[in-house]
Amino acid sequence: MHSIRRGIAATVAVAALALTGCSATGGGDDGPVALDYWAWAPNIDKVVDIWNEQNPDIQVTVQKQDGGDPVITKLLTALKAGSGAPDLIQAEYQKIPTLVSSDALADISGDLDDSVEGTFAEGLWSSVTLGGDAVYAIPQDSGPMMFYYREDIFAELGLEVPTTWDEYAEVAAAVHDSDPSRYLGTFSANDAGWFTGLAQQAGASWWSIDGDAWGVDIDESPTQKVAEYWGGLVEEGVIDNKPMYTPEWNAGLNDGSQVGWLSAVWAPGVLSGNAADTAGLWRAAPMPQWDADAPATGAWGGSTTAVTTQTDQQAAAVEFATWLNTDPEAVAAMADTMGIYPAATEVASDALSTSPDFFSNQDDFYDVAAEAAASIAPFTYGPNVNVTFSAYNDEFAKAAEAKTTSAFLDALAAMQTITVDDLEKTGFTVE
Amino acid sequence: MTTATTPSGSSGSRTGVPETPEEPIDTAVLGPAPRRRPVGHGFRARVLTPYGMLAPAIILFLAFMAAPILYTVVLSFQRVQVQGLGLGSGARTTVFAGFANYVAALDAEFLASVGRVLLYGLILVPTMLGLALLFALLLDSKRSRATRFSRLVIFLPYAVPGVIASLLWGFLYLPAVSPFYFITEALGIDAPTILSSGLIVFGLANIGLWGGVGFNMVVIYTSLKAVPSDIYEAARLDGCSEIQIALRIKVPIVFPALVMTGLFSLIATLQVFAEPTTLRPLTNALSTTWSPLMKVYRDAFTRDDLGSAAATSVVIAVVSLALSFVFLRIVQKRAFGQED
Repeated sequence: MHSIRRGIAATVAVAALALTGCSATGGGDDGPVALDYWAWAPNIDKVVDIWNEQNPDIQVTVQKQDGGDPVITKLLTALKAGSGAPDLIQAEYQKIPTLVSSDALADISGDLDDSVEGTFAEGLWSSVTLGGDAVYAIPQDSGPMMFYYREDIFAELGLEVPTTWDEYAEVAAAVHDSDPSRYLGTFSANDAGWFTGLAQQAGASWWSIDGDAWGVDIDESPTQKVAEYWGGLVEEGVIDNKPMYTPEWNAGLNDGSQVGWLSAVWAPGVLSGNAADTAGLWRAAPMPQWDADAPATGAWGGSTTAVTTQTDQQAAAVEFATWLNTDPEAVAAMADTMGIYPAATEVASDALSTSPDFFSNQDDFYDVAAEAAASIAPFTYGPNVNVTFSAYNDEFAKAAEAKTTSAFLDALAAMQTITVDDLEKTGFTVE
Repeated sequence: MTTATTPSGSSGSRTGVPETPEEPIDTAVLGPAPRRRPVGHGFRARVLTPYGMLAPAIILFLAFMAAPILYTVVLSFQRVQVQGLGLGSGARTTVFAGFANYVAALDAEFLASVGRVLLYGLILVPTMLGLALLFALLLDSKRSRATRFSRLVIFLPYAVPGVIASLLWGFLYLPAVSPFYFITEALGIDAPTILSSGLIVFGLANIGLWGGVGFNMVVIYTSLKAVPSDIYEAARLDGCSEIQIALRIKVPIVFPALVMTGLFSLIATLQVFAEPTTLRPLTNALSTTWSPLMKVYRDAFTRDDLGSAAATSVVIAVVSLALSFVFLRIVQKRAFGQED
């Protein structure tokens, strides 16, 4: 009995400590301001350490998170609960409309220096302002898409690097003919962001804002062109249809059965992690083009630093977020230690002069990347990207199993219907 | 806590002795005088003590079972309503939805997921219980040796968490990294792809099978061990073979255990989640709504539509309850008839 009572007392004491602990992070009238920052990028804590050393008044604590999707769920749950959300959060570009419509991100335009806007490319800046006067985040890194291929296998087969999608189809057929287990890439029904990047390159913008109404243009000609193209390749069997990021795919990168990968500027990190044996064998090239005279590319990934509506230290949070993404030392450290491609490319230009270790055979890696970054096509995300992306997973998985071009086009039509139905059901005005 | 918790009455009713009278029994009957309290106090203690003992369980049940269920029901009648573009603060409000979420929950996608899970259960449950019964009978037979070791080996997969088991099987199912496919390829056999839409349900049932057989076997085996051995002796004297003993005596005796394991398996089947969720990234054959609970998870956490997710959960709970009830009603007579 006594031990039970003692146990209860201990529990209560721990709970009380936890409660005071929570409130202590929020208040900051005496002593330094304490900020919580939820982020998932590897090594970001090392960059934040630089800030903490230089700014004893504003101390930032990085709380490592699982990644893009889980962290958003966690944030929305914390906001619904009324407490437990961090002051700052790492948010991907495509999540911003969702977060803004859930009232999760603070409009920081009031605390932001006017010069910040000029640091970033117009396309990136428009994704954090949603085309209005409010600013909901500061761009951190971007993910211009590039084409990666095994230089040794291309040389062995005497293949030219494809510059257009027609050439890509020819090379894919040649690679597969040389060995039935070899593919120039895979159509991955598990990676909605990857397909969105391809559609973006073709000139699609899946959402649009027209006055007070949302437009949804998923099942339109640019994306139809992309779906038809990949459906055709899968139907012919010259392109693999297995998901990316599986043990099987990793093995394929290593043993040479995956000869190419349409990815983004952050690919060296993935390749060195999953296919370490092939270091020095890969090469980066610009994406194959639909129209070689008007080069364009899409973006896959990339994230921002946003301030949440639950913070009571908005000014300090904005100060830190500005430093992290525009200060030369911070941006260089992000490029160096985190291996990301900073949104403030010009500020980071010195740090980006040497190629990543995995691409030590290619001196112009960052020149290719810079060219790609400059040609990112504009794209607007909507408030229910999560619904659209999960529809992509389900519908294109079916299509990839069916292996017919018509199934790919049906999948696209289903994505459009599901997205519009969801918007209307929630009460958004859809034109 | 108090000494009044063990009145003679409570132990009496358990052993079938006629109900103890309300009046305090004369001390002469029971020999040494029990320590007694005044009549009124004794009654209160007798009635309230069990509730006092149950209180922690009741409180925990209310806090962690009843309250969430109630909250789920409340959520299932709510939905989020936005205006116009839906941007900025205050754009989202929660409104009463009536039965709209329930109507939306029972869509073709949900029914398809129920269909898939029923097929999964149809493959899994009979196979699993059949194997569990077979192993239990084999372990119980006089001729088997190393029973302890065998029992442990069969039970061991149950100790592996579902997610880990699914990951392990996922590796075995992926042709490029699987030793199984390596061997069949070396032998020149064209093995079928388990991670394809036609075979995935068997692949999932296989994972469930490994995890479930051992546990169910232990339950059945335990009830076999409880059978007095003179029944078998009588049967042998009557000239029964081991197989006849197994089929005519052991199986009917463990039938109640089979009913119970069957019911548990049925409920577990409806709730299958970890295995398909873990395998989903590896294949195109599993959708995000493959099983009903996966649809709940997608609606709640991917689509952020808590109302629909709550409504679907309530439907699943009611269906599970109804199925368990009907199932028990059907088999009750057969299973527990002898005890009435």
